[in-house]
Amino acid sequence: MTLADTQPQALNFECETGNYHTFCPISCVAWLYQKIEDSFFLVIGTKTCGYFLQNAMGVMIFAEPRYAMAELEEGDISAQLNDYDELKRLCLQIKRDRNPSVIVWIGTCTTEIIKTDLEGLAPKLESEIGIPIVVARANGLDYAFTQGEDTVLAAMAQRCPSKAPEGEKEKEERNGIQKLLNFGRKKEDVAADESEYVNHPPLVLFGSLPDPVVTQMTLELKKQGIKVSGWLPSKRYTELPVLEEGYYVAGMNPFLSRTATTLMRRRKCKLIGAPFPIGPDGTHAWIEKICSVFGIEPKGLEEREAQIWESVEDYVKLIRGKSVFFMGDNLLEISLARFLTRCGMTVQEIGIPYMDKRYQAAELALLEKTCQEMGVPIPTIVEKPDNYNQLQRINENRPDLVITGMAHANPLEARGINTKWSVEFTFAQIHGFTNTRDVLELVTRPMRRNNSLKDLGWDKLVRDEAKV
Amino acid sequence: MKLAYWMYAGPAHIGTLRIASSFKNVHAIMHAPLGDDYFNVMRSMLERERDFTPVTTSVVDRNVLARGSQEKVVDNITRKDAEEHPDLIVLTPTCTSSILQEDLQNFVERAQLEAKGDVMLADVNHYRFNELQAADRTLHQVVKFYLEKARRKGTLPDGKTQKPSVNIIGTSTLGFHSQHDCTELKRLMADLGIEVNEIIPEGASVHNLKNLPRAWFNLVPYRELGLMTAHYLQEEFGTPFVDITPMGVVETARCLRKIQQVLNEQGADVNYESYINEQTLYVSQAAWFSRSIDCQNLTGKKAVVFGDNTHAAAMTKILAREMGIHVVWAGTYCKYDEEWFRDQVSEYCDEVIISDDNGAIGDAIARVEPSAIFGTQMERHVGKRLDIPCGVIASPIHIQNFPIGYKPFLGYEGTNQITDLVYNSFTLGMEDHLLEIFGGHDTKEGITKGISADSDLNWSKDGLAELNKIPGFVRGKVKRNTEKFARERNIEQITAEVLYAAKEAVGA
Repeated sequence: MTLADTQPQALNFECETGNYHTFCPISCVAWLYQKIEDSFFLVIGTKTCGYFLQNAMGVMIFAEPRYAMAELEEGDISAQLNDYDELKRLCLQIKRDRNPSVIVWIGTCTTEIIKTDLEGLAPKLESEIGIPIVVARANGLDYAFTQGEDTVLAAMAQRCPSKAPEGEKEKEERNGIQKLLNFGRKKEDVAADESEYVNHPPLVLFGSLPDPVVTQMTLELKKQGIKVSGWLPSKRYTELPVLEEGYYVAGMNPFLSRTATTLMRRRKCKLIGAPFPIGPDGTHAWIEKICSVFGIEPKGLEEREAQIWESVEDYVKLIRGKSVFFMGDNLLEISLARFLTRCGMTVQEIGIPYMDKRYQAAELALLEKTCQEMGVPIPTIVEKPDNYNQLQRINENRPDLVITGMAHANPLEARGINTKWSVEFTFAQIHGFTNTRDVLELVTRPMRRNNSLKDLGWDKLVRDEAKV
Repeated sequence: MKLAYWMYAGPAHIGTLRIASSFKNVHAIMHAPLGDDYFNVMRSMLERERDFTPVTTSVVDRNVLARGSQEKVVDNITRKDAEEHPDLIVLTPTCTSSILQEDLQNFVERAQLEAKGDVMLADVNHYRFNELQAADRTLHQVVKFYLEKARRKGTLPDGKTQKPSVNIIGTSTLGFHSQHDCTELKRLMADLGIEVNEIIPEGASVHNLKNLPRAWFNLVPYRELGLMTAHYLQEEFGTPFVDITPMGVVETARCLRKIQQVLNEQGADVNYESYINEQTLYVSQAAWFSRSIDCQNLTGKKAVVFGDNTHAAAMTKILAREMGIHVVWAGTYCKYDEEWFRDQVSEYCDEVIISDDNGAIGDAIARVEPSAIFGTQMERHVGKRLDIPCGVIASPIHIQNFPIGYKPFLGYEGTNQITDLVYNSFTLGMEDHLLEIFGGHDTKEGITKGISADSDLNWSKDGLAELNKIPGFVRGKVKRNTEKFARERNIEQITAEVLYAAKEAVGA
């Protein structure tokens, strides 16, 4: 055996022109306003921003959402109107109509270009109207899609209390009395006895996930005796977790690099760098890493992962041996590619808007390892891809599945190429052991559709002369 | 600043892109930040377009902010020219690029030196015009560009076509039922013995624009799109135009009579009266409907109408004049063209409302409590909240307003479609009302299948809380599967953990 044979093939990174389709990062208000129940999101931008939000969120727009546009007019752009007075007028209106616990200002491209000092205006206005104002610059000049959440959470991280308030202990005591009063009744809460937990430093998890997933992940760590002290974000702004120096934090999603940086540098927390809990392999590695940091021997993880794989075998066999191409638009790509490789797929290309090699280090390492173990070539990671070039490559390599944005999905389908709309991965529940089936549900849907339509001979529905 | 939750007309660049991508082999390059290419998603989703939307972005990022676009825009134009050989590339400014105040015209001129196709800068001020105005202006700009080019080259064809002919101006991508309307208009013209010279912009090639002056007249079916072009063609080539929207029986007849007049003035000697009579009485069902008992029941019922100028005005006239319905108020969000709207509908409704504030429109609906609403998707949702049925008659619209089946709003088949729409809206409202009087449908709750009341299973508080987070329509199934799972394993207390364990085991 020569050295070259054993030498593992390293990950290959490329960077293209950045001419790709993705959602504007202001779209994060769509899921964050639902997650943080007492918030109000004010997007300070133009008609273009408003038009995007209204169309991207479809029916949600009609459910009286707790977000609105502060639509800039010509007078705002040319500074004939005073920013401060205008924002005060709108925020007072919001306070009167909705009375939120926090107003989040989303800065956009326009406020960047005309250099509106949102960070400067916010504290002044905050003290004047008595509602916290958090500023997040989630604009298309700097960020893509899910990175919007990153900018909001990084701003929120600064607002987390740094000491457990005195009231907390009191509540504890009252609960003690409550416990006495409830004596003899069945214990019902998830946040049960301290005795069930191993003694470890406080752990706070960051990343916005649907409440059921929060419960699932909390329970998953509880099985290892690990207590989750809090989540950033929490269900309500008023319940943001305490962050003291020396607390441990772990990320739930691959696009949270700014939040991670803020937690480390500004809040002096210790980041647990782990692969992300997407897919049973990722969840296993995530838990294992947290356990190792706390010096805990993980229990029953192997069996649990094996059991999950067994339960989804019917879906896995639909994609085993097939190829997949990620065009790249939401930063979940590395984790999903790693999971699909483990499922037996060959990944042709991983397009990704932005690659933080430090924050994603553990995930990248797991991807590399997975490729070696599965005996498939290590895919090229293309940062800031060029959609036009990618379409040429897709046409050449004819992958079995392209994970892409809606702008390309229908045209690719018409050319006989299976697609899965990438945005669904951001809205579906994909974290933890429990949701493995849900991820595969999405990935296998085109394959299952094909099984029902096969033999119809309708797989290519554009004339030959049509361009790619 | 304006607090806005929703808007009726989109930003200007959407109008420009709608025109550019309606033409064949025209490519638009937006000067915009990442994420502003949402137009591609809308076209691909709403119109279920099979081809890639010919719109790309020359991305404005931090570097552009610091140093200007420099070569970037020019490179992107010449690159696209080489890749796809479009006939025309339209450089499209956005709200972001218009405040950067870069000399985009200069980029266009530089790119034109290298590009084989034509290059043009869409001349639209983002802060003054909306989607509809921008579309009208861009169409005019493109037409003017090619007619002037043909004139310079001496390739403008002489004279008119031999037989009477028409240009249909204003059918475009993402227009409300625009494709179906276009088919209906072509059929109508064929019935009248009028040749269709050109249809713009949908499906047109820019090379054919020089033929526009050959038509005897121009037909502009929509108030919002095409008038500028029609005026231009009249001034330059003396081509008359007909701008009566053939929507509804009376207006369709009026449109046809106007066409007759325009053609006869040019010596055609046509008479459409017998055609109008035949269609009105026997082909379209709308005239007969207005005599029928069904329609009699609608007499004096209250309705409100809101939409763009074309559809709201036509609908108001149909309801009031052709069906005897009481239109309490009619409104438009086309504030820039308010006078025209007032002029059209004033005699057919009690009040005219001009507003682009959806909150104000919602309040105005709640105030008058109509039996039916005819409006946009937004009014449909107001109707849902107030329990008032709504027929959607104008943009903004959703995917369900891009039907695959043939559903024109214009011409004689259009009158049939509108009749169905109106009648279905009202009867549904009536049914609801009756149900309410008689206490609704069967009000008894269904008995839960399977699990008897004396179940040996307990749901813990957290278990129940998790169960309640599951959407209502599958909750019953999840509950049954979880209980079955628990029973098989002799678990007495169902906690959140048990619930999720069941999900993993049986996909509950």
